[in-house]
Amino acid sequence: MIPSALSYTKAGTLDEALAAVAAGARPLAGGQSLVPMMRLRLAAPEGLVDLGGLAELVGICEDGDELAVGAMTTHRSVAADPQILASCHVVAQAASGVGSLVIRNRGTIGGSLGHADPHADLPAALLAAGGAVIVRSSRGERRIEADDLVTSYLTTSLASDELITQVRLPKGAARSAYAKFHRRAIDWSIVGVGVTIGSAGTRVAVTGVGDRPLRATGFEDVINAGGSLDEAVAQAGTGMSPLDDLDGSAEYKLHLVGVLARQAYTEASGR
Amino acid sequence: MATVERVTSGGIGDSVLRKEDRKFVTGEGRYVDDLKLPGMLHGAFVRSSFGHARIVSIDASAALAMPGVHAVLTHATLPVVTGVLSASNPGGDVRHPEQAVLAKEFARYVGEPVAMVIADDRYLASDAVNAVHVEYEPLPVVVDAEQALAPGAPLVHAEYDSNLCKTLESITDGFDAALAKAPRKVTLRVHNQRVTPMPMETRGCIGDWSNSTGEVTLYTSTQVAHFVRTFISIVCGTSEAKVRVVTPDVGGGFGAKLNTYREEFAVCAASKVVGRPVKWIEDRTENAVATIHGRDQTQYYEAGVAENGRILALKLDAIQNNGAYNQLLTPSISHLTLFMVPGCYDIQDVSITIRQAFTNTTPTDAYRGAGRPEATHGIERLLDAIADELGLDPVEVRRTNFITEFPYASATGLSYDSGDYAATMDVALGHADYAGFEARRAESKQNGRYRGIGLSTYVEVCGLAPSAVTAALGIGAPGWEHSTVRLHPTGKATVITGTSPHGQGHATSWSQIAQTELGIPFEDVEVIHGDTAFQPYGLGTYGSRSLAVGGIALYRSLGKVREKARELAAHLLECSVDDLEWTGTSWQVKGSPDRAKTIQELAYAGWTAATLPEGIEPVLEATTFHDPPNFTFPFGTHICEVEIDPTTGRIEILQYTAVDDCGNVINPMIVDGQVHGGIIQGLGQALFEETVYADDGQMRTPTLVEYLVPSAADVPPMSLHRTTTPSPSNPLGVKGIGEAGTIAASAAIVNAAVDALSVLGIRHIEMPMQPARIWKLIEEAKS
Repeated sequence: MIPSALSYTKAGTLDEALAAVAAGARPLAGGQSLVPMMRLRLAAPEGLVDLGGLAELVGICEDGDELAVGAMTTHRSVAADPQILASCHVVAQAASGVGSLVIRNRGTIGGSLGHADPHADLPAALLAAGGAVIVRSSRGERRIEADDLVTSYLTTSLASDELITQVRLPKGAARSAYAKFHRRAIDWSIVGVGVTIGSAGTRVAVTGVGDRPLRATGFEDVINAGGSLDEAVAQAGTGMSPLDDLDGSAEYKLHLVGVLARQAYTEASGR
Repeated sequence: MATVERVTSGGIGDSVLRKEDRKFVTGEGRYVDDLKLPGMLHGAFVRSSFGHARIVSIDASAALAMPGVHAVLTHATLPVVTGVLSASNPGGDVRHPEQAVLAKEFARYVGEPVAMVIADDRYLASDAVNAVHVEYEPLPVVVDAEQALAPGAPLVHAEYDSNLCKTLESITDGFDAALAKAPRKVTLRVHNQRVTPMPMETRGCIGDWSNSTGEVTLYTSTQVAHFVRTFISIVCGTSEAKVRVVTPDVGGGFGAKLNTYREEFAVCAASKVVGRPVKWIEDRTENAVATIHGRDQTQYYEAGVAENGRILALKLDAIQNNGAYNQLLTPSISHLTLFMVPGCYDIQDVSITIRQAFTNTTPTDAYRGAGRPEATHGIERLLDAIADELGLDPVEVRRTNFITEFPYASATGLSYDSGDYAATMDVALGHADYAGFEARRAESKQNGRYRGIGLSTYVEVCGLAPSAVTAALGIGAPGWEHSTVRLHPTGKATVITGTSPHGQGHATSWSQIAQTELGIPFEDVEVIHGDTAFQPYGLGTYGSRSLAVGGIALYRSLGKVREKARELAAHLLECSVDDLEWTGTSWQVKGSPDRAKTIQELAYAGWTAATLPEGIEPVLEATTFHDPPNFTFPFGTHICEVEIDPTTGRIEILQYTAVDDCGNVINPMIVDGQVHGGIIQGLGQALFEETVYADDGQMRTPTLVEYLVPSAADVPPMSLHRTTTPSPSNPLGVKGIGEAGTIAASAAIVNAAVDALSVLGIRHIEMPMQPARIWKLIEEAKS
């Protein structure tokens, strides 16, 4: 539980942060996942650049048909924001269930998405919503759609000099919900399912069943073709191969995908 | 239960707010890690990454080359004279394998300390640990106790011909005949899983050895400072009179700190080597492997039963996993199980055999309840299995078998002091609305859920312990307790106690007793403990003993001071002691309130010694060493009501009702707190917690992500009540409540879950009842 030696700088401006990241420093957002990993020496960055002083990365505002959420906005702020609750409910609901209140007060949406833990809720919620992130480097800015963000365990498609600065949430994701199953209130999801019933169809994303959040295409195909919810639930785990571990067997987790997809879909339908 | 008003000062029976809490809640507690001695260095341990291995070589050259690293010590270079000692059955019919302070040739569990690094700071020490290269030759591993006792199992200790540590046996003469005569037989296998005590403050210690005087001071987070002092002197080879052990504030123990550990010896010996104080603070992942675990007992029950549910004969064959070595009391813990196998039931024919096995795992030892939860969980599960088998109500099976007359001589040799088990159960049934349960079950069924209700009618043995009994059990330590009461010239009082509070609130409860018994106001009493330099030998805090043994020692010292004050008062008032009456705060001439001396006036008079009666020494001060004549036997009924969602397997506790009887109560608020915490700890074992080893000896639950301790959000609605049956064994009529909640809770919760699923034909569930397991049971039962 003793981290290895490292250098620490607190960025005063976004440009300073980008320069530090480009030089190899690991960005420190809320620290709720990274710091425990460092204490276990599962992560041993040589340098950290603390984003905690960058007010420009905090806040939520409307921007066309999307909501723009600063990457350093805390889970608690996301969960309580009236605009997100009203127009992209699945993300607010996922944020409201992350860890404990103490963790939600510190953990950030950008940090969670950039960390890309395979049991995290926000990446799946963003995927279900069909959102995106804006990433920046000294080379410029680009947009990464949620479908393309997480590539593997704790790995994203960001280049090594890029930083998530903003999260884009579609305002058309009002009919949406997030359902999760975990053992204690403060635990990671064993399985979590986000559902958005949008004008272009239903999107369903699942956490905890692979190396990254996965679209439940089996469920989506049935529902989008006008099939019944029971049929969709039966197909919810298609193509997913979760691991057997202390949380339960692969069979159990696949079963949970169906249970939670039903729950989230039903809840979203009523919204 | 009527709401009891909380007050800031009071005597016996008042819910006085805890005087020690202000410093804890404002962050002003002082724990070992808060102590910084001049010149202090920091230690860290290289620990075995193998479950079983021969240590081929240790290369510390890279670590020693790091600037700021002072030493890397191994078995060969650490200056100690013996290995770790056990108090259980020294020299008796038990195998005590050598446990070197740092591993000698073999490492026998993951986490066993192999070398110790001393460095300028804790971070550097950790880096240096990683730089020590240990070459291991892996050896065959056995982690399961039943497998360890099977023929051909890998030997944990090659010097023995098997992994058997000790066999405990208690078989009554009439058992075979009684079992043969019984018309019905009920069998049950129960595994009481391995758990980790997980105090909020991990262990930690500072050794400070003076090479000029030979004096050594150890600051350590412990429940048993004097034990530690005795053992430090023996292991480190120095005079006990030169060893001082200081216990600062201790952030929880749960039995984990009722021990003497390798690291405590190592910091002292290391300090001797480097000539500077050496601190070691255990981190959380170290705590998971380096601090004792609890439970890990597998039980095979067979009951011979009459058609009405009366138990005629009871057999238990159990296997206890001791881990790789015997810690302080490892072989004695399952003796407490043996004692309590019959529970609160009148069963005079028993056959109990408990075999203890060595395995390649962290040693097990006392964990809240220490042996008794294993007995209670087993017998309470068995009672429900009997009811299920015979088609009887579990309540009636209990009523049929309850012990009803006291004192009661149990088949395992105990004398239960007092109780009224049926009365307590009836109170609980009322509060839990047991009669209305079936309607609630039907309602849940309508919603697609299974509802169940379960009882645990427990009795436990605490107030450890009459010294003659510990001696008879082969424990090389007594069970008495010490107290000193000292009145100062200003009339204030200091109470020195040999108990060792680490969350229990002794400063408050002891002050309440002093106010009631000696008339010194609550706020004028200071309670001090935990420094062997100034206090007489004390045995510490464990086994729900502090009040029933240490509290009685205090009561007796207070009485001695009060009687000395009486002689002084008679002298000053020029009357006979028989003419005086105690008002609660003063001695007065009977019927003459104007002729009186307050206890404060008498304290001053005793100190000035201006005029003393003949044969009376100055100063009002008294010391007592109290050896209890018997254990105490708290009891009660806990009732749990659960609902199970078959789609996920989640168990929700809807209501938890507890009626406990711990005899007379000093502070109702503190008792409630102990019961709340105890129940949650039992709930943790029932629903969440399990320390899991892989077959290769690696621990699969090394962090709090895998090892699930209940959080505040997981606490169910609890309804607490009490009955009061004083213990006849001590003058305060107290019993003990520190462990009762934990002892009772797991069986009530599991019984409720089994009851919920009994419609599916399920008759037993092992702990922890994680959702995945419940879901699978339901799916299998349905198909």
